[in-house]
Amino acid sequence: MITIISRIFRYSLKNFWRNGWLTTVTIIIITLALLVFFGLIVFNVVTDQAIASIQDKIDISVYFKTNTPEDQILNIKKSVESLREVKTVDYISSDKALEVFKAAHKDDVTISQAVSELGENPLESSLTIKAYSPSQYASIAGYLENPNLKQFISSVSYAKNQVVINRLNAILKNINRIGLGMTITLSLIAGLVVFNTIRLAIYSNREEIGVMRAVGASNVLVRGPYVIEGIFAGLIAAVLSLIIAWPIIQFVSPYLSSFIPGLQISNYFYSNIFSLLGYQGLFGVGIGVFSSFIAVRRYLKN
Amino acid sequence: MVNLQNVSKIYNHNTAALEDVSFEVKMGEFVSLAGRSGAGKSTVLKLLIGEDKPTRGRIFLGQFEVNKIRDKELPAFRRHIGVVFQDFRLLPTKKAYENVAFALEVAGRPQREIQELVPQILDMVGLSDKMNNFPHELSGGEKQRVAIARAMVHRPEVIIADEPTGNLDPLHTWDIIGLLKKINQLGTTVILATHDREVINGLEKRVITLDQGRVIRDEEKGKYILI
Repeated sequence: MITIISRIFRYSLKNFWRNGWLTTVTIIIITLALLVFFGLIVFNVVTDQAIASIQDKIDISVYFKTNTPEDQILNIKKSVESLREVKTVDYISSDKALEVFKAAHKDDVTISQAVSELGENPLESSLTIKAYSPSQYASIAGYLENPNLKQFISSVSYAKNQVVINRLNAILKNINRIGLGMTITLSLIAGLVVFNTIRLAIYSNREEIGVMRAVGASNVLVRGPYVIEGIFAGLIAAVLSLIIAWPIIQFVSPYLSSFIPGLQISNYFYSNIFSLLGYQGLFGVGIGVFSSFIAVRRYLKN
Repeated sequence: MVNLQNVSKIYNHNTAALEDVSFEVKMGEFVSLAGRSGAGKSTVLKLLIGEDKPTRGRIFLGQFEVNKIRDKELPAFRRHIGVVFQDFRLLPTKKAYENVAFALEVAGRPQREIQELVPQILDMVGLSDKMNNFPHELSGGEKQRVAIARAMVHRPEVIIADEPTGNLDPLHTWDIIGLLKKINQLGTTVILATHDREVINGLEKRVITLDQGRVIRDEEKGKYILI
């Protein structure tokens, strides 16, 4: 058994080397397919990040009547926090709001003067509520309609932004759907191209397979080297695809982060390099082994 | 050793490639299958090595009933015979040495034995100085000698040669026939299909003549005669 396995490895290494051109072309095709696959991974990371950053911008603010005691507001904050849909609730007191307002307009003399002339704080205390998903704002807004709460509330921003939130919701859902569709379609195309390349490579070896069979080689011994070659080609292509992707990511990263704040695709690349290599390797080796296995099968009949 | 009993092979549209062919080859015999192209020589050989199955009849080779061998058992069966083809069928990415060694490797023979046997057999066919050449670096006659070395290195009981001199010039033809005779003298049964009149007449061995899928003559020390 060990003899057979070591012979299979020896044959595959020699074939790999001696069929130089065929090997090179196969590796190039798998590398291209893996680059497509890598592109899809990056696309998904970018859209996820974009969606997350847009979602992060959506919130609803609840403004309280100026005479509402702070304890009451903090109680309401607690009750809102206990809702399943709610991710975070920030309390901004009227003093804090004024501070922020003053800081924002410190260069504007007219506004500063107007505020100081007013004598009292005209701003309302508020709660800024963020949900896990944009679709949950409707039910949170519904909760705030409760008469017990409503008596303290001066206004809720949801009513004003409802249309925008709903539209964003629909757009995000569509982006997710398109991303998934693209991933499936392009992976399938890349897979088929590799499958056909390997099939052609093995087709050009069909006479050899016949000779091996005529000399008495068992199916394992005939098929083994091709499968191992598929593994080698897949692994080499996985490494190559990441080496090619590296400078591209470096180049594109600053542009992407100017579009989507907080997105550092090069950081993502570095911190996930091993799992990326794992995905690429798995896809490359998987398609290599599968294609070789299937392609040789038809020549093992006689 | 080899026994065909009422063997017929009918391809599509009722074309009979072989009809009711029976003959026996004893151990250590040298038998030529003669006949024009399409007479059925190659079909007989294909059935003998299990590349195809007969429509009717039974074929015995050594302890095997060839017509009953399943796909899975074919490799093991093929290691009991040696086959030489007209087009050599060497593995192009393997050197002469590796091509011959391959027949032993597939049988799971240990490396030490292979390293000892292969040079011996290449020496016997006169190619000890070409063992590191790839097939494309060899002449037709040399390729066929490598193929014969590969067919006999595992000491098969029978060597089946299908027009082994078909692609060779007269000089190399006699080289190859000489080799086959030598192998036969060492005790191996040889079945040779050929349509070469000179070869058959020069051999002075048993000749089975086929015509239109039937055995029309079977003579010891036969000559190439066609109706």
